[in-house]
Amino acid sequence: MKRVIVLSFLILVIPFAVFSVEKKIQLPPDHPFGKLTAGPGSELTEKKCGLCHSTDYIVRQPRGDFKRWQGVVTKMIKVYAAPIDEQEVRTIADYLASAYGTAAAETTKPK
Amino acid sequence: MATPSRRTFLNALGLSGVCALGDRILPPMMRLFAAEDPLLSGRPLVRYPEKTDLILLTSRPPQLETPMRYFDRAITPNEAFFVRYHVSPVPTRVDLDTWRLKVGGSVETPLELSMDDLKTKFERATVTAVAQCSGNSRGRFSPRVNGGQWADGAMGCAEWSGVRLRDVLNKAGVRKEAVEVLFNGLDKPAFPSVPDFMKSLDVSRILDDPNILIAFQMNGESLPMLNGFPARIVVPGWFADHWVKNMSEITLLDKPNDNFWTRAAYRIPDNTCGCVEPGTSPSRTVPINRLKVRSFIAMPANDARVPIGHAVQLKGIAFDGGSGISEVQISDDAGNRWRRVALGKDRGPFAFREWSADWTPPRAGDYRILVRAFNTLGESQSATPLWNPAGYQRNVIEQIEIHVV
Repeated sequence: MKRVIVLSFLILVIPFAVFSVEKKIQLPPDHPFGKLTAGPGSELTEKKCGLCHSTDYIVRQPRGDFKRWQGVVTKMIKVYAAPIDEQEVRTIADYLASAYGTAAAETTKPK
Repeated sequence: MATPSRRTFLNALGLSGVCALGDRILPPMMRLFAAEDPLLSGRPLVRYPEKTDLILLTSRPPQLETPMRYFDRAITPNEAFFVRYHVSPVPTRVDLDTWRLKVGGSVETPLELSMDDLKTKFERATVTAVAQCSGNSRGRFSPRVNGGQWADGAMGCAEWSGVRLRDVLNKAGVRKEAVEVLFNGLDKPAFPSVPDFMKSLDVSRILDDPNILIAFQMNGESLPMLNGFPARIVVPGWFADHWVKNMSEITLLDKPNDNFWTRAAYRIPDNTCGCVEPGTSPSRTVPINRLKVRSFIAMPANDARVPIGHAVQLKGIAFDGGSGISEVQISDDAGNRWRRVALGKDRGPFAFREWSADWTPPRAGDYRILVRAFNTLGESQSATPLWNPAGYQRNVIEQIEIHVV
């Protein structure tokens, strides 16, 4: 009986193991490195921008004033149809200009 | 295997002192890339499936950068090869039993090819070629530009094997109205409103070029999922925006592709340098295409300390858009005098060309070593970086600092 079980295992399972044609990976969650600085508007920014991409995109972008960040958010709406309304654009751009604004120290300079 | 503590990792990276991290509070197990380079220092070092430790650019979609030390050789290992995606979610599961490469649109006979079909019904072709992201080194632009803030690790060179794209098109039979070939992969945007990542090439460009492949092997192995399993487009000599990964569909178009990724993205100023006055906008643009000449010093690492009285071995790579590298030179006096260095094995005009040199510092002190390459057309690199608003095709003369003590 034992031999039959072993044999059927070999016949049934081995071909799949040997000729397995499936590749499967699991990706890690968003890295904490990209976590936004807390402040007025940070939750909305996290929620809206995070719909399509991790926020590590944001924290390493060039610093910008309200106008520059408003331009970035507007691009996300115009080009990628991000679901963000006009009032939210203001809140998000305000937040980004204060948390990642020109007044804050540059963290990334060219070599 | 025991899990190493955070301190073990930091020690291993030369960050033994907590002060090296400033006052940032790090979550446990966050490992950082140690580098003097401000663009890289403090970036997380992460290990993704089928990958070794790479420098994180973004988590979603996954974008990973290759550390400079891997560019001391012509072939970049699969596990160290950079990762760049445009939209999320990216494919994480592919079953070859059901996967098919569809060839449709303006063709006589639409095809649905399995991996077996690709492997048995077409002649095999292999090319060693550099994949470089258009925005490689974007983080070094001054004035800075928006976009992925890559340092110099969004490039790699592999031996790609598969079938010729033109053979597949000929099998399907290209109708004479067809003008462009559109590539689509399995990556899909989070919302239907977000433009799916697709790229196209002219039909004539493909039919004339036997080196353009549908590759299903990279350095003799199947592709890592994050580098395009089960098959990707390879366009030797051209920037990697056309090298669509995780391929699923090839469509012959009667009209030029109007997709966002061709019409609006991946465009450079329409002039010989592909550049404009820093801070200004180009009046006319064209799709980015051929790689510019570049060269790098991978060894020793930037900011290395070496003892006086010994020769220092310098190693690195050079490449261009397919005419081939003819000469690499180094300078230790800010570019006043240049010295020709030895080139390694020639792996074809699309590959990284290894170079090496022994450099003996005349006295103690701080040195800057510059490197530049020439291709067979006489094109080279400039001491002044080019600039364009999208941060594409940087190819300035590179340099490292060496401290002789």
